[in-house]
Amino acid sequence: MSTVLERVTKVIVDRLGVDESEVKMEASFREDLGADSLDVVELVMELEDEFDMEISDEEAENISTVGSAVTYIESKLGE
Amino acid sequence: MTLQGKTAIVTGGSRGIGSSIAKYLAAKGAQVVVNYSGSQQKAEQVVADIEAAGGKAIAVKASVSNHDEVTALIKETVDTFGRVDILVNNAGITRDNLLMRMKDSEWDEVIDTNLKGVFMTMKAVTRQMMKQRSGRIINISSIVGASGNPGQVNYVAAKAGVIGMTKTVALELASRGITVNAIAPGFIETEMTEQLPEDIKSAMLSQIPLSHFGKPEDIAAAVAFLASDDASYITGQTLHVNGGMYM
Repeated sequence: MSTVLERVTKVIVDRLGVDESEVKMEASFREDLGADSLDVVELVMELEDEFDMEISDEEAENISTVGSAVTYIESKLGE
Repeated sequence: MTLQGKTAIVTGGSRGIGSSIAKYLAAKGAQVVVNYSGSQQKAEQVVADIEAAGGKAIAVKASVSNHDEVTALIKETVDTFGRVDILVNNAGITRDNLLMRMKDSEWDEVIDTNLKGVFMTMKAVTRQMMKQRSGRIINISSIVGASGNPGQVNYVAAKAGVIGMTKTVALELASRGITVNAIAPGFIETEMTEQLPEDIKSAMLSQIPLSHFGKPEDIAAAVAFLASDDASYITGQTLHVNGGMYM
């Protein structure tokens, strides 16, 4: 079973076309990984599908880095 | 021009221009979701007409200004047909009155259905269309959204707002292969316009260079064009279908 980070990384690599080595916990989607605002919306959509969860618009606004996505998903899965 | 294999949702598809759009798209090969809010029998009749002509359609009840019902409308469409290629935002109501006589409730009802309803359905369908990397959104505005019209401050505000939303959403979704356009009908013979007094009708007729009222099929044909592959390079536009009444 892959870890949350591994699964998040795969979604990011597929969606944004970046190299796996660039996907660090502190990397910002928009500043470091070249995503535009619509890419981030799509990324959140795909994370919802990957982890079979719903991420509200308010919560999605706080997901701006790889780390914030991983932390958020781990906390949701832990509930 | 064909819409074979495409799935279309037509809001307010049970009556007037909407029922004509639904039947026209079906005749071009699309599978059609006939959305209605009150007129179940009429919606089912539209579905029956489409099926009798060899097409595929279902009727789905949803009030376009209700978030949960709109979400369910999109879900039922995807569950039934697997995708959504075309969204036609046609649902609309009128509550005409002069500014000084207009009740807050008349303003609110028209803005809710005619403006917020378009926002709601566009928002709900975008997720599916973004995944598909393709989609066509066609919003039915009105000539009065461009020209103004006394007695319709609520309706005109909504229809002008639809044109602004069309341009904005076209810009937001262009990179995902989704086009968003508006159609602005002029005077089209429907139940909605039948209610107008005769003197107003004849005054309008005198302002139409092509000297006859439009038919719902005139609008349906424009919708079918904008929904087709032939219109893939057109986005953010408002197509006026009005016999030359406003240019």
